[in-house]
Amino acid sequence: MQELGGLGFSEAQGDLLDVATGFCRDRSPMDKVRALIGDDLGFDPAIWREIGEMGWLAIAIPEAHGGVGLGIAEIVPVVEQMGRRMLATPFISTTLAAQALIIGGTEAQAAAILPKLCAGAAATLALTEAAGDWDLVQVKASAARDGDTLRLSGSKFLVCDAAAADWIIVSVLVDGAPSLVIVERADLPADALRREIVIDETKRSYALTLDRISVPANRLLDPARTTATLAHLQLVANLLIAAEMTGAAQSVIDYTIDYLMTRRQFGNLIGAFQAVKHPTVAAYVGYEKARSHLYGAAHCFNEQGSGEIATRMAAVQAERALAFAADRSIQFHGGFGFTYDCDAQLYRRRAMFSAALFGDEGYQKRKLADLLL
Amino acid sequence: MTEYSKAELDEFAAGADAWFRENTPADPGFMLPLTFMEVGTDQQFDFLRNWQRKVYEAGYLGAAWPSEYGGGGLHDMFQRVATSAMRRYKGPILPNAIGLNWTGPLLLDIGSEAHKHKYIKGILNAEDIWCQGFSEPENGSDLGNAQLKAVRDGDDYVLNGSKIWTTLGNYAKYMILLARTDPNAPNKYAGLSFILTPMTVPGVETRKIRKLTGEYGFTQTFFTDARAPADGLMGAEGQGWKVAMQTLEYERGARKGQAGGYISKEVDPFAVLKLAAEARRDGKPVLEDAVVRDQLVDYIMEAQSLALNGQRSRIPGLNQDRPMGLALMNKLVFTEFAREVNQFAVAMQGSKSAYYVGDPSATDDGFWTRSYLNAFSATIGGGTTQIQHNIIGEHVLGLPKTR
Repeated sequence: MQELGGLGFSEAQGDLLDVATGFCRDRSPMDKVRALIGDDLGFDPAIWREIGEMGWLAIAIPEAHGGVGLGIAEIVPVVEQMGRRMLATPFISTTLAAQALIIGGTEAQAAAILPKLCAGAAATLALTEAAGDWDLVQVKASAARDGDTLRLSGSKFLVCDAAAADWIIVSVLVDGAPSLVIVERADLPADALRREIVIDETKRSYALTLDRISVPANRLLDPARTTATLAHLQLVANLLIAAEMTGAAQSVIDYTIDYLMTRRQFGNLIGAFQAVKHPTVAAYVGYEKARSHLYGAAHCFNEQGSGEIATRMAAVQAERALAFAADRSIQFHGGFGFTYDCDAQLYRRRAMFSAALFGDEGYQKRKLADLLL
Repeated sequence: MTEYSKAELDEFAAGADAWFRENTPADPGFMLPLTFMEVGTDQQFDFLRNWQRKVYEAGYLGAAWPSEYGGGGLHDMFQRVATSAMRRYKGPILPNAIGLNWTGPLLLDIGSEAHKHKYIKGILNAEDIWCQGFSEPENGSDLGNAQLKAVRDGDDYVLNGSKIWTTLGNYAKYMILLARTDPNAPNKYAGLSFILTPMTVPGVETRKIRKLTGEYGFTQTFFTDARAPADGLMGAEGQGWKVAMQTLEYERGARKGQAGGYISKEVDPFAVLKLAAEARRDGKPVLEDAVVRDQLVDYIMEAQSLALNGQRSRIPGLNQDRPMGLALMNKLVFTEFAREVNQFAVAMQGSKSAYYVGDPSATDDGFWTRSYLNAFSATIGGGTTQIQHNIIGEHVLGLPKTR
C-alpha cells in the first residue's frame, strides 16, 4: 500500500492566496465573464498583462530563467481563485507549457523561452488527439525527419488558448517514439487553427492541423525525458484543473445560497425547506473535502508516489464537488435555473469541460485503484 | 499554555512511544468495544476503566489540563503526541468519554473552582464515570423541548422525569442533565437549566436498553423525587440551552479542550482490503473485481478526506470564508463514513455475511456486521445526520431555520 500524504500551507501560498482572492474578485465580476463569452479571444489582454506584471507566470519557473523559483504548490491558490471568479486567461496553458520546458526542454530551449513566459507571453500544449485517449503516450501525429527539418503531420484537438500562444508544444511520434516538439506561431499556416465549439463558453480551444508545418530539428525537447515529461504534465494539469474546479465549486455554492435566501414559496424562504437545504449542505461538504484534497495534493505534489495519489484524489473530488453543486444549483433555481441567464449553467459546463481535458473521475479512480490496491 | 522546547517535546514523545509499546494490552480474549457507546458487559467496562487509569497515571491523558486539578499542565502538543503514540500501538478506547470530551472541557471553561477540584481528577482516572442526560423518550431531535422537571427546594433541585439513550448510564456516577426549571418561560429554550447530577442518590434508577445488535450499552434513566445539589448548576438558571449547545460543540469537535486519547477506533478502509483479498467470486479474489475496486477507492478517499479536513481545520489561512465549516461537518462525515464502510465490509463476505457473532463460520467473529449495526449509534446519537445537515445549513451556510 502506498503512503498517503498530509497537508501543509506555506507562507508564500498564504500571501498569493490573499492577493489572488482580491485581484480575481475585482477583475472578473460575472458581467465581465458573460461579456467575454462573445469575445473571439476570450480574455482581456489588459488583465493578462497585469498578471504578467505581478509575476504570477514566473512563480514556478527557476530563478536561472528569470522566475521566482517556487513550486506548483504556490500556483494552486492563484488558479483556485481564478476558477472561483471564472477569470479567463491563458494562465493554465502557459504554466503547463513552461512545465514541459522545465522538465523536458533542452537548456537552450528553456533559456530562450522561459524568460519570455515569465514576462507575460502565452504558450500552450497540443497533446489531445481524435481518439481522445487520456493516456498521453498514445500519439498518432508524427514528425518525419528531412535533414535538419521535421515535417509534421496529423491533427491535435482541444489545444487550449492556441490563438494567443506564441509557442505550442506538440506531441508527435518521431522515429516511432512519442516526442515533444516546439511549434512557433510563425510556423503555423493561416488555416492551421480552427476554433472549436466547446461546452464551456468561457474557454477557448482549437483544433490544430499539423500537415504543412515544418520546424527545425532543434525544436525537439530532450527525447530521453519525453515519458517523464508527459507523466509530469498529466499530473500538473490535473492539479491545476482541480484547483480551478474547486474554486468554481465555492462560487456556485455561494450563488445558490444567495438564491435560497431570496426566493420565497409557500410563505417561506426556500432555503428553510430541508429538501433544498440538505443537498445544499451535501454540496458544501463536497466542496470542503475538495479543498482539503487540493491543498493536500499541492503540499505533497513532488513526493514520489503520494504526490500522484493525492493529485488524482484532488481531481476526483473537485469534479464531483463542482458537478454536483452546479447540478443542484440548476435544479434549485427552478424555472430560472433552466435559462441561459442563470449562472448555474456556466459552472455545470465548466465541470464537463474540465473533466474532459486530462481525465475524468472514473479514469482517475481506475488509476487510483492500481496505485492503492 | 506553557512554553516548551523541541527537545522537551521529542523526549516526551519518545517516552510515550516506549510506554505504549510496552503497555498497550494484548487481545484480552473477548471482544472489545470500538466506541464508548458499545460497552455492554462488566468485563468490557472493567478492562477499559483499568486501561484509562493506567494511561492517565503514566501521564498520557489530560497532559494539557491544568495541573492544580489533576492534569499534566503541559502544552497541548504534548497530549497530541501522546495520543498519536496511543493510536500507533492501537490501544483500546478510553471509556469515560463524556467526562473526558465534553464535561471536562466544559468545567474547565465555565465551571467554578470547586467544580474543577471536585470532578476533574475523577474524570481523568476513570474513578468517576460521567453520562449525559439530554434526550428524552418524547424529545430526541427536538432537544429544546426537554420536559424532565427540576424544582428548586432549599439547596437542592428535585428531579422528576426520564432520560433515554444514556450511554454508560449503569456505570455512571454523574450525569450532565438538561432539565426544565421554568415551565412558564416565554419560550421552550428559556425554561431549561444545566445541572451536574449525581447518579448514586435515591430516586435515580437505570434500566438497560437492548440494542439492535442484541447487546446492551445504554440505559433509560428514571428520576423520581431525586435530589441534585443546586451548586451543580452550570451557567445560571434558564441558561441550560446555551450550556447544552456549548457541550455539543465539544462533542462534535467544534470546540477544543478535550483531555486527549480517543473514545472510538478510527475506521480503516485498508482493513476491508484484507476481506476483499480473501473473499472469492467465480474463483477469483473479489479484489480483482473492477466495481469493488472502484468502491474501495471511494472509501480510501473518504478516509483521506477526513484526515485532510482535520489537518486543514488547524490552518486559519485556509478557513477564512466559513471558519466553523470543517469543525461542524466532522461528525456528519465521520459517522456516515463509518456506517458505510462497515456495511461494505459485510457485503465483501459473500455467503458468510449470513453469520453473526458467536458462529464459528463468521468472519472475524461477526465483527463487521456488529460494527455496521453499532455505527447507527453515532449517525443517530449526538444529533442525527439529518439534524447535522440543519446545523451546517443554518450555522455555517446561514440558511433560514427549518421550522
